[in-house]
Amino acid sequence: MDLADTPQQAEYRAKVRAWAEQNRDASPPPVRGMHVEDVAPYRVWQGKLARERLVGVTWPEAYGGAGLGPAEQMIVSAELRAAGCAGIVDHIAIGELGPTIIAHGSEEQKQRYVAPMLHGEEGWCQLFSEPAAGSDLAGIQTRSKRTEHGWSISGQKVWTTMAQFADYGLLLARTNPDVPKHKGLSMFIVPMKAPGVAVRPLRQISGDANFNEVFFDDVALDEDALVGPVDGGWGVSMTTLMFERMMVLSALEELPVGAQTFVAPLLGNPALDDPHVRQRLAELAVERIALQYTAYRALTKLAQGQIPGPEAGLGKIGVMEAGRKGCELVADVLGPDALEGEWGELAAEMPGMRSAGGTEEILRTTIGERVLGLPPEPRLDKKLPFKDLGRNSASEAEAVPS
Amino acid sequence: MNLALSDEQQMLREAAINVLARHDTVGGARAARDGGEPVEIWPAAREAGWPGLLIDERHGGAGLDFFDAMLVLEQCGKRLAGIGLLGHLPATLVLARAAADGGERAAAELPALASGERRAAIVLARPPADEDDWAVEAGSSQGRWGDVPRAVADGGDADASVRVSGAAAFQADLDGADLIVVPVLLEGAGLRAALVDPAVAGVSIERQLRGDASRPLGSIELDGTEAVLLSAGAEALTEAWHLGQALLAADALGVAEAMLEMGVAYAKDRHAFGRPIGSYQAIKHQLVEILRRVDSARSLCFYVALAAEQQPHELALAAACARFAAEEAADYGTRTCIAVHGGIGATWEHDAPYYWRRAQLSRQLLGGATGAGERVAAEVIARARDSELADAVPVGDVVIKDGLAEVSA
Repeated sequence: MDLADTPQQAEYRAKVRAWAEQNRDASPPPVRGMHVEDVAPYRVWQGKLARERLVGVTWPEAYGGAGLGPAEQMIVSAELRAAGCAGIVDHIAIGELGPTIIAHGSEEQKQRYVAPMLHGEEGWCQLFSEPAAGSDLAGIQTRSKRTEHGWSISGQKVWTTMAQFADYGLLLARTNPDVPKHKGLSMFIVPMKAPGVAVRPLRQISGDANFNEVFFDDVALDEDALVGPVDGGWGVSMTTLMFERMMVLSALEELPVGAQTFVAPLLGNPALDDPHVRQRLAELAVERIALQYTAYRALTKLAQGQIPGPEAGLGKIGVMEAGRKGCELVADVLGPDALEGEWGELAAEMPGMRSAGGTEEILRTTIGERVLGLPPEPRLDKKLPFKDLGRNSASEAEAVPS
Repeated sequence: MNLALSDEQQMLREAAINVLARHDTVGGARAARDGGEPVEIWPAAREAGWPGLLIDERHGGAGLDFFDAMLVLEQCGKRLAGIGLLGHLPATLVLARAAADGGERAAAELPALASGERRAAIVLARPPADEDDWAVEAGSSQGRWGDVPRAVADGGDADASVRVSGAAAFQADLDGADLIVVPVLLEGAGLRAALVDPAVAGVSIERQLRGDASRPLGSIELDGTEAVLLSAGAEALTEAWHLGQALLAADALGVAEAMLEMGVAYAKDRHAFGRPIGSYQAIKHQLVEILRRVDSARSLCFYVALAAEQQPHELALAAACARFAAEEAADYGTRTCIAVHGGIGATWEHDAPYYWRRAQLSRQLLGGATGAGERVAAEVIARARDSELADAVPVGDVVIKDGLAEVSA
């Protein structure tokens, strides 16, 4: 049992470290998370990384990746961070969308889209969630209708990270409302600059606009925009979400909600001698340190060829719990001052984070059923055609033959 | 990176499951509350080779590490076995350290302890975290902690005879032990470990029944008692304390796991309003919360394993984290399992209450969950103070993304 590199990994680490130290002057300032004001310098940097095969480390070599494992991906992230270099900026594209296209796309699609994505030449976003379908993703209402030359997309997506910088989006839409909800979905590649696509920033609780709403008004797509089979989009989306779990696991280390984060601003404060404060600090530190080793355990399984199951979602719940407790602790010690500035901003992220990447409730339900084998919730809509489901007006309008 | 059990560890774990399945230790925990004795399984432990787990092969043991012992204790918790290992293993650790340091008396004792022919116990002392002193559980309403027993001797040489006076409470497996390791403050020589024969004059041991009867607990009083000084001091006693924390953590993890299995089985079987109660989110989400806590505690047991094997400076934090998480998991798990069962879960004939009793006592032992939390805080704060980078930890953006998902097609 150990956390050490294998000899090959140690050699790889040394190589990456040397490169990062040599090239750090060319890097834009590192950012945490996925949101940047000006994406251009990060895309240039990503291209430089990609030429060294330091982007898409786990991608097959044939598509520009390094063909290595998650451990090597972690080595790259850690070494870039240690050298003061920025990492990639298109996390979702590289972590989820590229691998989905590689798994389900046609050879033409792979040849056309994957390399520019990897090199930061074309940005991507994920177009799954809708205002009326989040936890119940299969209930999406965005329609894709057959046209003479392809497809026409109409509807609305939401919580779209990086949409304002994206050239393409991977979009889940309903192609057949006459069958049950999971069975009438298809996946498409949508050019974000196409006529009829409108991106609007969505200002959140913190005041920042890290997400977007995206509107589609009769957006025309070619025949070859389809990824995977017609009405086979649900299976494609499951691949995306499986890659998302892996990404969440390796991203855990980078989240700024570790125990040290919350101790640092309290150092020198007499409250740190208060037993009650110390117990609260211990509680969140234990939660956070446990997650680190949970991630190591999951990576061990990945290295053995096992695919992470839904239990990876437990980690997200833990991160949010620790983050919320940490922000509350800092505020309780520092008082109202902690509600402005960086602490105020971090605290304001927490309530919404509970629903990011799946609400806590849907995660618990899924894990209870998939991992513990508990009996499912009755799902009344499972066998009914989508058009017959009692829903809101938008759906009913769809269901009326025009 | 490899955080998986080795083949040998898998076998050790499976052997523990099999050995314990042959004894009605859960029924024994109930009987013991009714005035009976817990099920005696020391002979089975001997047969399995557990008494010698931490003693090196040279002295007849298996030469294994913390984590291997934790694998056994986890199964003990799962079956409510009170087996003598909680006292025996940390005692043998101190004796093994003394023997490694040239202690002849310790070396002479080890083979019989490794085979289980003789059983050892220990008074575990809490090492200082900040500026406090070494202390032992005093069991007094005046204050929880008492002084480490004092020793008077002619000199500080190994295997020298000393006279020890002092007391400690709530220690595991004292009653019936063949020898007891006691921490002593020796004038002019600081903290040392001493070996007491419980049969000599001036030793008084009493059984203590506190809520749970599944593991024997006792107090000890020494009054000018003759003892042998061991060539082990603060370092070995610190390690023994952390081992005690780690073993309790593993045991509590086992308790929580048992509750998860029991609760899930009942939630699948029991129907209300026309469907299994496990289909209701109110029940399902609570059971997943047990899973979440079990999973965290298990991950931290791996942290202990790594610290014990490779990073001794991490051991205090690792053991305290594991203990804190596991006690919380056992507390939450036992309460929740009882609640999932409804009223029947809180009856004398149901098994869940004996797990709850074990968890309630466990979270008080050796400084308790609160003491473990205090240790975590002290370690985390010390690391932040030591780190020049502490003030520069960025508190910027947080990864948020679109994502979602009913994954239940």
